[in-house]
Amino acid sequence: MGSIFKYCLFDLMRSKWAITYTLFYFVSCSALLYFSNSPSNAVASLMNIVLFITPLVSLLLGIIYFYQNRDFAELLLSQPIKRNAYFLGNYLGLSTSLVLSLLVGFGIPCIVFGTYELIEELGVLILSGVMLTLVFSGMALLLTLYNENRIKGFGYAILAWLFFAVIYDGLFLVALFWFNDYPLEKFALAATILNPMDLSRVMILLQLDLSALLGFTGASFRHFFGSYTGFFVSLGSIMLWIFVPLWALLKKGNSKDF
Amino acid sequence: MKKAAKFFHGTKPLNLSRMKFLAVVFCSIVALFAHGANIEVCPSCEIKSLRDALKVSQPFDVINIKSGVYIDHAIELTMPLTLIGEKGSVLDGGDQGEILTLHADSIIIKGLTFRNVGLSYTKDWAGISSDRVKGCRIENNTFEKTFFGIYLRKSEDCVVSGNYMDGEAEQEMTSGNGIHFWYCKNMLVENNQVLRHRDGIYFEFVKHSIVKNNLSKNNVRYGLHFMFSDNDDYLNNTFEDNGSGVAVMYSNFIKMNNNRFIENWGPSSYGLLLKEIKDGEIKGNEFYRNTTAVFGEGAMRMDISENVFTYNGWAIKLLSSCMENTVTHNDFISNSFSVFTNASRSYNSFDENFWSEYSGYDLDKDGIGDIPHLPVSLFTFIVEKCEPALLLMRSNFIGLLEIAEKAAPAITPEALVDNKPRMKPLWQ
Repeated sequence: MGSIFKYCLFDLMRSKWAITYTLFYFVSCSALLYFSNSPSNAVASLMNIVLFITPLVSLLLGIIYFYQNRDFAELLLSQPIKRNAYFLGNYLGLSTSLVLSLLVGFGIPCIVFGTYELIEELGVLILSGVMLTLVFSGMALLLTLYNENRIKGFGYAILAWLFFAVIYDGLFLVALFWFNDYPLEKFALAATILNPMDLSRVMILLQLDLSALLGFTGASFRHFFGSYTGFFVSLGSIMLWIFVPLWALLKKGNSKDF
Repeated sequence: MKKAAKFFHGTKPLNLSRMKFLAVVFCSIVALFAHGANIEVCPSCEIKSLRDALKVSQPFDVINIKSGVYIDHAIELTMPLTLIGEKGSVLDGGDQGEILTLHADSIIIKGLTFRNVGLSYTKDWAGISSDRVKGCRIENNTFEKTFFGIYLRKSEDCVVSGNYMDGEAEQEMTSGNGIHFWYCKNMLVENNQVLRHRDGIYFEFVKHSIVKNNLSKNNVRYGLHFMFSDNDDYLNNTFEDNGSGVAVMYSNFIKMNNNRFIENWGPSSYGLLLKEIKDGEIKGNEFYRNTTAVFGEGAMRMDISENVFTYNGWAIKLLSSCMENTVTHNDFISNSFSVFTNASRSYNSFDENFWSEYSGYDLDKDGIGDIPHLPVSLFTFIVEKCEPALLLMRSNFIGLLEIAEKAAPAITPEALVDNKPRMKPLWQ
């Protein structure tokens, strides 16, 4: 597994995709931190970028990479290599390279332009970026395994991204309107925790002083996430989103007929 | 003076006008020399405390209090006196109760430090309080841990200026107000710094008074609080990081000009809270980073103009009980939400403002945008219908909806509209 991971990581890190991705983060993060006159607003804008771009790039880059390596995978798997080791190595290679891009692209501007007061906000921001990368690169691998047809695979990836980024929130809003007459805090909390993108967004919002605008529901959220239960429940939800696709991936990988 | 009149009356029978003339002459002479005697108080002097000084003092005497700590409380001033504190002179209440109480007119108190009044749940102890006096002047004093700083009751024509007050308040229940007026008239409050009290400055039933150039900061409840007070002005003050900046309640004809409302930030904070208030003027103020810059409930006929709203959560919240207010020539810059209302119709006018989120154009270059601006954003509207939707703040979905709504407004209330949005901000 180690050598596959290493190969995969270096292969990806040398690709122009990874370099472009890193540069994009580097430029946007530096620009926002440097030009913004309100640091908290800069973090809010960075949050939008991270929530928008990280899952999309993880999905697309993952899909492209695995479809490209399809033939190579067949070749390797004809050798005495454990399938688990191959897929896990691939997953780790992909996610590690993306996480490194994120850390470099974000970390350097944060160190250079960020102020000491922002340390917590930026920390949560980078942490949620890492989480999202881990979730969505696993999903990308899973989608390629399930779909031999590349077009279909891409389609599903885009759809998955759209679902988590936009459609889910739309449904959430409709549900809030429908059940407006009932106490909605628990429901809203559950709905937020179940979507990794929403969870990251709310976690970052609660760090920012924007959270004062969130009203009663916001206050109950702050109470919840401030408690140990809240911390472990949200961590558990993220872990589920990381490990369930990974488990499905390994299962499918073991039984798949190449 | 009365003695003098009697004296003349007793010696020589004079006609009335002559006597009056003499009385006037005598009075002016008295006035000329009316400084009275100087009495010195210091720990090593003959007179070792203010209380002893009061025993020997005559009206219009000047009491100089030298450097030193004088522990005493419940000192009553019953004649016109001038108290001047040297640097380092401290009147310490020893946490036992009120320090000075004024019962006479024209008392002047300067340069003293008042300390440790102590906390009471049943009595409003203060550093200086008054009861039915006129023309007092309280200048350049320092108040430290005085429960209430200055508490004037039923008094008139007093000046409170240049004082520094730090109440070290932490909770509403266990703290008093910095400057507290009750049933007063024609008062002037200027150049004071009031920190960490319950309300920085509190007016209840106070008429025709002026509050200017003060700094009110870190107070637990309000920086400045009006209740049932009419015809007052507050100008050029700064209200920073208070529970709420200013609350004006049940008051009419209040002028609020050129003040700064800064960082009144928190889940239930306001820059300026208007409740049941009529015919006021809010002009030339700066609102910077308040959760809600202006909140109106039952506000009528207010003139809100030439203000700058920057980086607030909500710039203006007007509930449906607000009517006939005019919001003109203001700058709304980078607020999370510009205007919030729960009224389905608009009873207030919002014309000729600058909105930083305005995306229209100005073909004829007259400085007024050609497309009307709807300041109530779609998200504001959604939040008004369903408060928990606030959780979707900054989400991509809401972003998309806003773009769609901006392109073709279908949902946002069209009644609340700025027909002449300015292209450039008024200030800058």
